[in-house]
Amino acid sequence: MAKIIVEVMLKPEILDPQGQAVASALPRLGFTFAKSVRQGKRFEIEVTGDPTPAQLAEVEKAAETLLSNPVIETYVVKIEK
Amino acid sequence: MSFRIGVVTFPGSLDDRDAARAVEMAGGIAVPLFHASDDLKEVQAVVLPGGFSYGDYLRCGAIARFAPIMNSIVTAADHGFPVLGICNGFQVLCESHLLPGALTRNSNLHFLCRDQKLKIENTNTMWTTGFKQDQEILIPLKNGEGSFQCDDETLNMLESEGRVIARYVDFDPNGSRNLIAGISNERGNIVGLMPHPEHAIESLTGPSTDGLTFFTSVLHQLVGR
Repeated sequence: MAKIIVEVMLKPEILDPQGQAVASALPRLGFTFAKSVRQGKRFEIEVTGDPTPAQLAEVEKAAETLLSNPVIETYVVKIEK
Repeated sequence: MSFRIGVVTFPGSLDDRDAARAVEMAGGIAVPLFHASDDLKEVQAVVLPGGFSYGDYLRCGAIARFAPIMNSIVTAADHGFPVLGICNGFQVLCESHLLPGALTRNSNLHFLCRDQKLKIENTNTMWTTGFKQDQEILIPLKNGEGSFQCDDETLNMLESEGRVIARYVDFDPNGSRNLIAGISNERGNIVGLMPHPEHAIESLTGPSTDGLTFFTSVLHQLVGR
């Protein structure tokens, strides 16, 4: 069944102390690949059947009003099979 | 005569009792308001207290914004009704777009609980007229997500319009832009403050009694209306 995915990230200019904490923990475990880390949120939304354009438009609206705070965050809506 | 000041209880509010007590100590009548009702019970001002409304799920204050009582408060606030948001209440005011900006995780990631010195920089809002300009006060600060963030344009607007009502002094607790502890809307009826004035109203339990002035200020302003 297809899922609608909403990914929410802090805007690049907003300080992300959680991502920074993860970035500084990685080398302590021997992982040295990360130049920086930013942490976000992922919402997986199930609908019956394949998402319709109308549903996607509604999700878009929900992403803008509830799932993200446009003052500090950006979002992306996608469909995952 | 005395004035009725509402204190909203959301699921997860913690400081509603202390806020109500502060209202009474200041000489007002504290009226409990409930998140699930849109009835403001003829109050003349409202306090959104601290706590963890709706478990702080999603983002602090994000779900409280959609509570029925908030619809009534947003409408009233647009007409000059005084609103004070403390801590979680400040977060709710930002999420409701009654105040600009947002509160994010403290820069050091720690939940912080300390007596914090502040400087009061705007004494013209409904909630701060009782202070002297640049008066330093000491009240508790306790939160995990108290870092005030906004874009440069908003920051310049807040600074140039004198809407930063309080700033942290001597210590940067959370990485807030320009050490901002509290702001107001343009009209000065809506104030958001991260630290807790309601916990500093009696010398027995608070680090000072400085917090009481927020509540006496609004009562004096209501008399003048």
